Amino acid sequence: MKPAPFRYADPGSLDEALDVLVAEGEGAKVLAGGQSLIPLLSMRLAAPATLVDINRVPGLDAVEATGDGVRVGALVRHRQLLEDDAAARVQPLLARATANVAHPAIRNRGTTVGSIAHADPSGEMTSVLALTDGSVTVASPGGRSTVGWRDLFVGPLETSIHGPAVVVDAFFPALPPRSGTAFAEIARRKGDYAVCGAGVVVTLSDDRTVERVTASYISVGLVPEVHDLTEAVHGQTVEQADWAAAGALARTLVDPDGDLHASADYRRLLVGVLTERTLADAAVEALERTAA
Amino acid sequence: MTTKLFGEPVRRREDARLITGKGRYLDDIGAQALAAAFVRSPHAHARITDIDVEGALDVEGLVAIYTYEDLTGPMAEPLPVLIPHPQLHAPRTGYPLANGEVNHVGEPVVMVVATDRYIAEDAAERIVVSYEELPVVVGVDAARDAAAAVHEEIPDNVAARHHQETGDVEAALAGSPRTLSFTQYIERSACMPLEGKGVHARWDPADASLRVYSSTQASTSVRAAIAAKLELSLEDVEVIAPDVGGGFGVKIVHPWPEELLVPMAAIRLGHEVKWAEDRREHFIGSAHERQQRQEITVGFDDEGRITALDVHAWHDNGAYTPYGIIVPIVTATQLVGPYAIPVYRVVVESVYTNTVIVTPYRGAGRPQGCFAMERTMDRIADVLGLDRAEVRRRNLIQADQFPYDHHLTFQDGRPVIYDSGDYPGLLAKLEALVDWPGIEERRAEAASRGKLLGAGMALYVEGTGPGPYEGGHVQVLGSGKVLVSTGLTSQGQGHETSFAQIVASELGVPIEDVEVTTGDTRRFPYAVGTFASRAAVMSGNAIALAARGVREKALRIAAEVLEADPDDLEIADSVVGVKGTPGATIPLRTVAVLSNPLRYAFDEAAKQATQFARAGSDDKPPVAEGDAPGLEHRDYYSPIRSTFASGAHAAVVEIDPTTWEIDVVSYAVVHDCGNVVNPMIVEGQVHGGVAQGVAGALYERMAYDADGQLQNASFMDFLMPYASEVPDVVIDHQQTPSPLNPLGIKGAGEAGVIPGTAAIASAIEDATGRRIASMPISPTELYDVMRSPNAELTAAAGRRTGVGA
Amino acid sequence: MTSVDTERSITVTVNGVPREATVPVRRLLSDALRHDLGLTGTHVGCEHGVCGACTVLVDGSPVRSCLVFAVQVDGASVTTVEGLAHDDHQGGQVLHPVQEAFRECHALQCGFCTPGFLVTIAAGLEARDRTAEITEEEVDEIVGGNLCRCTGYANIKKAVRHAAATMKDAG
Ligand SMILES: Cc1cc2nc3c(=O)[nH]c(=O)nc-3n(C[C@H](O)[C@H](O)[C@H](O)COP(=O)(O)OP(=O)(O)OC[C@H]3O[C@@H](n4cnc5c(N)ncnc54)[C@H](O)[C@@H]3O)c2cc1C
Ligand code: FES
Ligand code: FES
Repeated sequence: MKPAPFRYADPGSLDEALDVLVAEGEGAKVLAGGQSLIPLLSMRLAAPATLVDINRVPGLDAVEATGDGVRVGALVRHRQLLEDDAAARVQPLLARATANVAHPAIRNRGTTVGSIAHADPSGEMTSVLALTDGSVTVASPGGRSTVGWRDLFVGPLETSIHGPAVVVDAFFPALPPRSGTAFAEIARRKGDYAVCGAGVVVTLSDDRTVERVTASYISVGLVPEVHDLTEAVHGQTVEQADWAAAGALARTLVDPDGDLHASADYRRLLVGVLTERTLADAAVEALERTAA
Repeated sequence: MTTKLFGEPVRRREDARLITGKGRYLDDIGAQALAAAFVRSPHAHARITDIDVEGALDVEGLVAIYTYEDLTGPMAEPLPVLIPHPQLHAPRTGYPLANGEVNHVGEPVVMVVATDRYIAEDAAERIVVSYEELPVVVGVDAARDAAAAVHEEIPDNVAARHHQETGDVEAALAGSPRTLSFTQYIERSACMPLEGKGVHARWDPADASLRVYSSTQASTSVRAAIAAKLELSLEDVEVIAPDVGGGFGVKIVHPWPEELLVPMAAIRLGHEVKWAEDRREHFIGSAHERQQRQEITVGFDDEGRITALDVHAWHDNGAYTPYGIIVPIVTATQLVGPYAIPVYRVVVESVYTNTVIVTPYRGAGRPQGCFAMERTMDRIADVLGLDRAEVRRRNLIQADQFPYDHHLTFQDGRPVIYDSGDYPGLLAKLEALVDWPGIEERRAEAASRGKLLGAGMALYVEGTGPGPYEGGHVQVLGSGKVLVSTGLTSQGQGHETSFAQIVASELGVPIEDVEVTTGDTRRFPYAVGTFASRAAVMSGNAIALAARGVREKALRIAAEVLEADPDDLEIADSVVGVKGTPGATIPLRTVAVLSNPLRYAFDEAAKQATQFARAGSDDKPPVAEGDAPGLEHRDYYSPIRSTFASGAHAAVVEIDPTTWEIDVVSYAVVHDCGNVVNPMIVEGQVHGGVAQGVAGALYERMAYDADGQLQNASFMDFLMPYASEVPDVVIDHQQTPSPLNPLGIKGAGEAGVIPGTAAIASAIEDATGRRIASMPISPTELYDVMRSPNAELTAAAGRRTGVGA
Repeated sequence: MTSVDTERSITVTVNGVPREATVPVRRLLSDALRHDLGLTGTHVGCEHGVCGACTVLVDGSPVRSCLVFAVQVDGASVTTVEGLAHDDHQGGQVLHPVQEAFRECHALQCGFCTPGFLVTIAAGLEARDRTAEITEEEVDEIVGGNLCRCTGYANIKKAVRHAAATMKDAG
């Protein structure tokens, strides 16, 4: 299990990185934390001609939390995001989901943006980007563009970004007012990719009844999706809301696949259970944030 | 025993190097070696039609490519059937490199040698092997159906039909007040040591000798295999097991193809060659264990006493049978466990499949046997509405029934006669340890939290320390150092410590002065190997005997010098003295010098020795007849039969009825391995075994698809547990010494793993009220059981209300 | 212009000592440490990031050395198991408390996973407030990402508690 030969560059600026990507052409690939790419190389499941290591590119390692949301630079490691209190205040889903990404040693190296660029439907952050209605900033020789999550995820391990390009950051909009979130997942071993995971956002109306409920699931479907579960609980109070009905609705909306660790039916079961559980928690948080 | 070291939790002597990164494992050896990599079959069953190496030839750094065509003499013949057996009527083994046909994914086809492993893999990737695919057989049921054959000449896929019976089972069943029959399955897992296999070979052309390091559990036999296959004189081959990063059985198999091919290449190339197995290779190119289908019929009376037991099992042995039918025999003979079974018949059919070979994995057939027997007990209890512990108690062999003859023949060809034990004692301790009567209360408490709680137990008896023999050599040097060696190998069992404890105790020397070497054929050429929980029993006793020999000689020499009777002498702190007479002493190291009549005064010890004149007479030779120079002794321990350790485990599980996640909330172990050399080490073995037991019950399986592709050949998908998945374990001990060996010890290496699957299956069944007839089980599978209209409800569930979904 | 290479000369401070090596760019850090620098204490158990046997500290943080290329640590500092103990300036070595604890608590059997555990635990214990009693959650978090096939983890967890207590007493 050793990588096939490749050429390597570690440019010192974004422009240089793009230059190298252009010069090396089709076979060039960006290397960020390497925690997904290097295992693929070692198993020779991928053999890019050139790796363009962006780890020495300055200015990509910041987490910027503002009232609008959290911008996570391409070199921000999972751990850094997990420990960023300001980011957690603006968008609590970030830390909650990141805590479920792998084990600490992987989180020390792997990047949030890398996991989004990797577009693994089993990854937590792809779903979080979707659920928060986020986007990424893509730098290419033609300039920068913003790509919303719906346009970004094309298929499993496949994004719409082609040609020489670097994702320079991901933007996760702030949690809206009167809203709460929760995240939960079930994995065979702690730290593994989830068998099924759920992130939810509950928004209350001024009268503290449920106004809107959205959910996104991990390891369910080929690309992250956001499901609107509002109709199951709309107008209900937090205390009396029928979260089980929302869970039941969610089960009808998803289209999971089966694999070694879970049948499609089992995933569907978990979608219901996790929805019910997370909604109850998220609603409590929404209530607290509405009171405050 | 003489001093207090035996039985003490002495801290391990091997740790000093291992915690500082100074261990020397296989891949740490031979920085200059060329590296080997293999082209392995991507198909489970195929004929090789062409091998085209052209594309690899211009890889810079490529040194050599070998295919079957390059093998000569014995290397071109099939690999040996290590342990033939009359009932293994159709043995088959592969070739070091595939000869025209491949029978499982991962079988080596081409060997590449290059300047480093990266380049070797580059070259291997460019070699094009063409195959004509053949029908594939995966799983015991497919093998049994025999719609296709793994080996053309064996159309029924049956390699062996192992059969034992202790009476007329049909008649006994017919006369039984009650009978019940059921079928159950247990799946494949694997040893999965954290260090893969590996071989390093160096040929010295000047004196035509070969030194091989192998990450093996059997260096002496690897040596013999290499000598035979490469047509070398045994004297010209030495094999050393360096530090070995875990074995658990897979490294007892030998010779692995690579163990022959790497030395062959080293000789041909005149250069060191090394192969360090990577994880994917280990998954598809080594060995697995455990898949069986078991059909069981049991007769019993209204009190739950077994009257007859009839077992028919199908055992998946994979593509080949290099290790004979050890695993099925162990299942067949160890199945009966601690119970008195009046009439027993067992047939195990060992069948070929197009999968990786099956050879012993810690427990070696015992977990399957335990699963059969203990689940039978559970079924009887369920039918009769009796407590599961009570049914077991009524069937146990009693403490006054030893030696107890089961009238079966064990894997070593010897009778299964239990030497000693106290099974009712084990059960009583287990019930107390896990608070068996308190389970109902816990169930109610868990139910109040919305959880399903259940408990299960399983007992086992484990034949340990099978022969034929093991040897030990003990030598006292003039420096006072005591060198100890034995041929068998170590993979983390702490032999350097426990064997040193034995010698220090026997000889009366500080443990610091004792140095133990294992698994080095230069130091001890005769050995059988480390498996079947035999190291402590076999080498421990051999070394004790060798130490006793040294002691006897030391006392004899000291007696001459001190003009005393040897019987009046004792050795304490490395000094021989007359009991009760202070002052009349001689250091053991001086005795060592005196033991050799040739004494050049190279060192202080020799000079000092000159003050002691050894009584001799002019009309006798300096070395008396039958004597030998040097204070050393070599001895062997060869038992008449195995000694039988025993134990009882209980597992308590909590199941979330919304997600069907299974959490082992308590795990209790009572075990009895006779006298214990080092309780700390034994407890460590139990902890490790239990973790593998839980893993085998809830997490690990080899998932083959119908094409024979192993779908989870990585640590990502083969779910070896992290700390988060292993329950806390409480342990209680019982000691019934073995009357069969001088130290009174029994093996402890495998015990921890044996009852896990049975106990956990029972606990899940108890919690859910649904019959669990296939293990391991994962939440998704439990969900399937729970909602299946065909799932069988236990009678206990019917008696209880509110259980299950 | 950025250079695009197949081989690089790198300088890495390993266990406090600057080391130079010329490596193919595809060389994994684990292989570079073991085979180019001769530091074979770092072990390789899976080469896909799951087992943790290869864990080393890069600039103080545990990372899988099988998931980093050697060229990527050019200029960085790396600590391996060989660097955990320090000199006692009398020709001997003072073991790290976690090394002592592993021996004391029988936290290793074959020892193959041990280096990865040791560096991970050492970093984990050094990063926490050592005056506080260690909690079970902390212990679980620290040992949770490494595989051991031999010990069943009980004694590894015990060793973490033992080492934390030693470090607490030492202040
Ligand atoms: C044992 C283990 C367990 C894991 N468990 C989980 C888990 O539970 N959940 C989870 O989500 N992840 C898990 N991961 C993966 C981990 O989170 C990775 O860090 C992440 O998926 C990829 O990020 P990276 O920075 O390492 O990207 P890399 O591996 O460097 O790259 C991944 C892919 O994204 C591309 N890419 C990366 N960054 C950019 C960029 N800025 N611009 C353009 N393309 C880019 C690369 O070209 C490559 O194709 C696990 C990994 C391991 C080894
Ligand atoms: S070898 Fe790196 S994590 Fe297993
Ligand atoms: S001690 Fe052997 S793998 Fe941990």
